[in-house]
Amino acid sequence: MVTNATSLTRSGLSDFIIQRVSAVILALYTLVVIGFLLMTPELDYGTWVEFHAGTVMRLFSTLAVLALAAHAWIGMWTVGTDYVREHYFGQRATVFRSIYMVICVGVLFVFVAWSLQIFWRL
Amino acid sequence: MQVSIYRYNPDTDEAPYMQDVDVDIPEGRDLMVLDVLEMMKASDPSISYRRSCREGVCGSDGVNMNGRNGLACITPLSEVVKKKKRLVLRPLPGLPVIRDLVVDMTQFFRQYEKIQPYLQNDTPPPAQERLQSPEDRDKLDGLYECILCACCSTACPSFWWNPDKFIGPAGLLQAYRFLADSRDTATAERLAELDDPFSVFRCRGIMNCVSVCPKGLNPTRAIGHIKHMLLQQGT
Repeated sequence: MVTNATSLTRSGLSDFIIQRVSAVILALYTLVVIGFLLMTPELDYGTWVEFHAGTVMRLFSTLAVLALAAHAWIGMWTVGTDYVREHYFGQRATVFRSIYMVICVGVLFVFVAWSLQIFWRL
Repeated sequence: MQVSIYRYNPDTDEAPYMQDVDVDIPEGRDLMVLDVLEMMKASDPSISYRRSCREGVCGSDGVNMNGRNGLACITPLSEVVKKKKRLVLRPLPGLPVIRDLVVDMTQFFRQYEKIQPYLQNDTPPPAQERLQSPEDRDKLDGLYECILCACCSTACPSFWWNPDKFIGPAGLLQAYRFLADSRDTATAERLAELDDPFSVFRCRGIMNCVSVCPKGLNPTRAIGHIKHMLLQQGT
């Protein structure tokens, strides 16, 4: 078996399931938000904040943010291990790939932390 | 007809190049691409390519013809040349070139070895042979016919990017051939070897393999079956 330390779960099957489940969560979240936008004729900042203030919506938003982070990491990791390779970059590929992954993790961490701060008013 | 052929002799050439050759194609006959190669070799014996059975059985003469992988011996000129009136011959993409159209298939067969392409059964062998019902035998149709020409794997971007980690469509078709075999008892072990992020799951289902297979096989469907078996076992 091919081993890899940096994939989300180190299992192709687990990554496969997480990517599909997270896609369903994000699709549902998108439908809920679009449904709210369509059914709210007079949309302003107040109604938008009120929409996100309920505990259920906060939990759903948190779930969507975590799903997006997991989905994005699996996707970006796949892109990185496909294209940032020795074939193009020679022996420096591992260094470039590590830098690429650190940047991805950093961006995703900021995205999750910032989103949680907004949704839970931390 | 003008034929542009990939040339590279590592002993004399610093880099590969495309050589244009005019070939007189007989009127009124639809030659196979291998026939054209034979005609070219008759006038320039240094042109190198693999060939053996010349009838689509041995899988030796897999080449890239006008951008599409296939077996030169069973591909008619009319199928690849069409309106361009020009034939471009390159080696199978993604594998190291040994010389001209001859590629080093070590990586391809290393992946094939990984899937342990032989029947494994730990029960005592019967007196004569391990029997199989006609229904179970039917499950092997569309799988066992693979001739390992590498046309599919070398048309797959996932195999180009990770030829050392992704098994590739040819290997995975054979992996499923043994997973589907009712006489094989190593199913769990075979699946465990495939449950990593690369071996199977690098397949993105773009179906280049199905498009180019000269035997009309469907590796993408076999890979789907493997993923389904992994899901059933793992959840």
